[in-house]
Amino acid sequence: MGLRGDVSRFAYSAIAVLLALVIGAVLIGTSGYSVKEAYSNLLMGAFGGVYSLATTVVMSTPLLFTGLAVALAFQCGLFNVGAEGQLYVGALASAVVALALSGLPPAFRVIIALTAGAGAGAALGFLPGYLKAKIGAHEVVTTIMLNYIAISLTTFLVKTYFRDPGPVDQTVLLPPGSRLPELVPGTRVSLGIVIGILAVALLDRVMRRSVLGYEIQAVGQNPHAAEYGGVNVAARTVQAMMISGAVAGLAGSVESMGTLYRFIPYFSPGYGFTGIAVAVIAGKSMWAVIPAAFLFGALQSGGQSMQLFAGIPMELMTMVQGLVILFVAAPALGSMLLKSRSRLSEKGGGRA
Amino acid sequence: MYAVRMENITKRFGSVAANDGVCFAALPGEIHCLLGENGAGKSTLMRILFGLYRADSGSIYVNDRPAQIAGPRDAISLGIGMVHQHFMLAERLTVAENIVAGCEPRRRGLLDRECARRRIREVSERYGLAVDPDAVVEDISVGQQQRVEIVKALMRGARTLILDEPTAVLTPPEVDELFTVMRALRESGTAIVFITHKLKETMEISDRVTVLRDGKTIGTVCTADATPDSLVEMMVGRSLPVHDDERTPPRQAVLLELRDVSVAGRKGGRARLSGVSLAVRSGEVLGIAGVDGNGQLELEEVVTGLRRPGKGKIALTGQDVTGLDTGGIRDRGVAYIPSDRLKRGMVDSFSLARNSVLGTHRCADFSRRGLLLENAVREHARSIVAEYDVRAESIDQPMGSLSGGNQQKMLVGRELARPHSVVVAAQPTRGLDVGATHYIREQILASRNRGKAVLLISAELDEVLELSDRIAVIYEGRIVDVRPASQFTERELGLLMTGQRNEV
Repeated sequence: MGLRGDVSRFAYSAIAVLLALVIGAVLIGTSGYSVKEAYSNLLMGAFGGVYSLATTVVMSTPLLFTGLAVALAFQCGLFNVGAEGQLYVGALASAVVALALSGLPPAFRVIIALTAGAGAGAALGFLPGYLKAKIGAHEVVTTIMLNYIAISLTTFLVKTYFRDPGPVDQTVLLPPGSRLPELVPGTRVSLGIVIGILAVALLDRVMRRSVLGYEIQAVGQNPHAAEYGGVNVAARTVQAMMISGAVAGLAGSVESMGTLYRFIPYFSPGYGFTGIAVAVIAGKSMWAVIPAAFLFGALQSGGQSMQLFAGIPMELMTMVQGLVILFVAAPALGSMLLKSRSRLSEKGGGRA
Repeated sequence: MYAVRMENITKRFGSVAANDGVCFAALPGEIHCLLGENGAGKSTLMRILFGLYRADSGSIYVNDRPAQIAGPRDAISLGIGMVHQHFMLAERLTVAENIVAGCEPRRRGLLDRECARRRIREVSERYGLAVDPDAVVEDISVGQQQRVEIVKALMRGARTLILDEPTAVLTPPEVDELFTVMRALRESGTAIVFITHKLKETMEISDRVTVLRDGKTIGTVCTADATPDSLVEMMVGRSLPVHDDERTPPRQAVLLELRDVSVAGRKGGRARLSGVSLAVRSGEVLGIAGVDGNGQLELEEVVTGLRRPGKGKIALTGQDVTGLDTGGIRDRGVAYIPSDRLKRGMVDSFSLARNSVLGTHRCADFSRRGLLLENAVREHARSIVAEYDVRAESIDQPMGSLSGGNQQKMLVGRELARPHSVVVAAQPTRGLDVGATHYIREQILASRNRGKAVLLISAELDEVLELSDRIAVIYEGRIVDVRPASQFTERELGLLMTGQRNEV
């Protein structure tokens, strides 16, 4: 996509957000709330002052990773609905490893714990990738199933092996040296956001310049031609799912190591699923994941303050988020689903 | 009196004039060929006549009366029918239901099936258009579907019938049947407009020919006064030189060998290939002649590693390569022009540059330490574009935005640019216009003359005859005969291809 394409896509997204806010205003108004009060709280909650901005960044950070994870899988023609589960295993693996390594110097602890989170996510991504490559099991089905397994499994592991001896099911608090350093003192903005942006930069380069990226995209756009060109389609499929899983696992790592400082069962408000929306809005560009994640982070943090200070239910903000997704993403998502369906039926139908 | 007459038709798409002051007229009871290369404006002109496009300027007369055609409905009521290249049939419905859709005979508000069947039979008997009204469309062959489309047009009172490249989807026997039907229609006074870019068919069936080039009318001639050469000159604006036949005599080295190769059918069905043994030598073209669907696709895929043979051996330059995947086989020196270029040969959303290294992207020339060498890739794409006369605005435009002929030139250029000793060319000119076809055939011969071994798989008998040194005939997955090309007559080949071995 050229520069012109990016610009028009940006304009299109801006119009969609505006449209969603207008319809949201109608919904808020007809529900008996003051639109002015609602939106001023939304704006202030998202951008008004250091604390609000920090909250927005904190909420954008996991979305940056999950959005990137889903966007990467899209590049290979895969629809990774499993980012949520990958996030949970990543979060637990990082928390457990960070706790276990408390004897090491902090920098090592953090790096090894992050690697563990990425590794756990990659391992969970491997499974649907392998099943797709070997027996053609559709990744949407397998990743959804694995979400349930991952979320329940992490809960079970915490309750059984890693439980804090307090009243709540959670791990013990990470010692300061096992946490991601704070970027802005006094807020929860951690190094996570920087790692996220570096991940975008790295993966953008991999996709656009490397042989691996070329082959992954070839498989995503036309697996028959990729096979013709000597590309190992099965291997690239598995690798793309593993990279995607690793990035989603990191989303969990930065949450447990940079925001919560522990693993808590059911901590995610659906970052993995919102990541799908982020990826769809970002389209083909890796860089566009950053503003897309920020947009959803802002809606989330602004929505919270709207609920807190104007007494407007969060659900109304969730509806606005849904409308944004609908307006920006529905056409893109629709055509993508159609494409993956036709790929599937081609496989099933054999040659005529 | 003309059945239809179009005067000074101009139609622009953006800045491109698809039709630029085109004049065309067809008489009742004639088969009028509309001839031209892909993109010459033939289909656009006929879509205007059928009301699918509105002309920017110009006038249309039907039976010498000025006509306003705002949509297909108007065209049909003026007695104009069109059979599109891609059929417009509901696959799950029966032939009868498809034919009467839109003008169903009714009795008490319900579809009167008996009446529909009777009327279809009348039409089909009158013109020798055998169709089974009760067959479901998805179960019948492409040739039969085309007949259904023709019956549909005739039932709606078509006196002028437009056929848009009707032979592109047909097997040779089906083409003969279609021509019989067309002659019967001509006898009954129907004007037939036959859109094509195939010269042989034009010479065989038409009464008059109108040639379009670059959106302009070049002229209308009586077929009896024309020769294939004169028509080519009108189509491309120059005469095409005869293929340069200077060549090294075939040496003996066998570069590609298949020994007793078999491919099983699906779920215990008939074997797709059984016991195929072939040897292609350096400096020769071995042509595979056969009716489409007799194992050509399987042969192509088995040789290039896209499919594993059930039994038998495949050797390249004496080395056993049986069971290697595509990458492994192609790295051992196989250039491969696939029969389905859109599905296999390219990634249409990738740029020309990125497509130009598909299959060679891992070579040291184009990548180092896992990174693509962007400049080398672009340089390579530019050299293919220049050398193979690919008409493209830029090497950054997506492959899918090129015309079929230019896509194929790009693809052939890419394949012949890679280091290779064997060329597998499957349907290399399918769907291409005369100019591109000629060019690509020349490239294949040039490759042979450089000592490559060429396996040519083509459903076009003319192509096999023109290019091959030896011909192998394939029928139902078996090679039924192999001989030097000069020892076959066209009739013999035709009989062998259709399995009538004993009559030869």
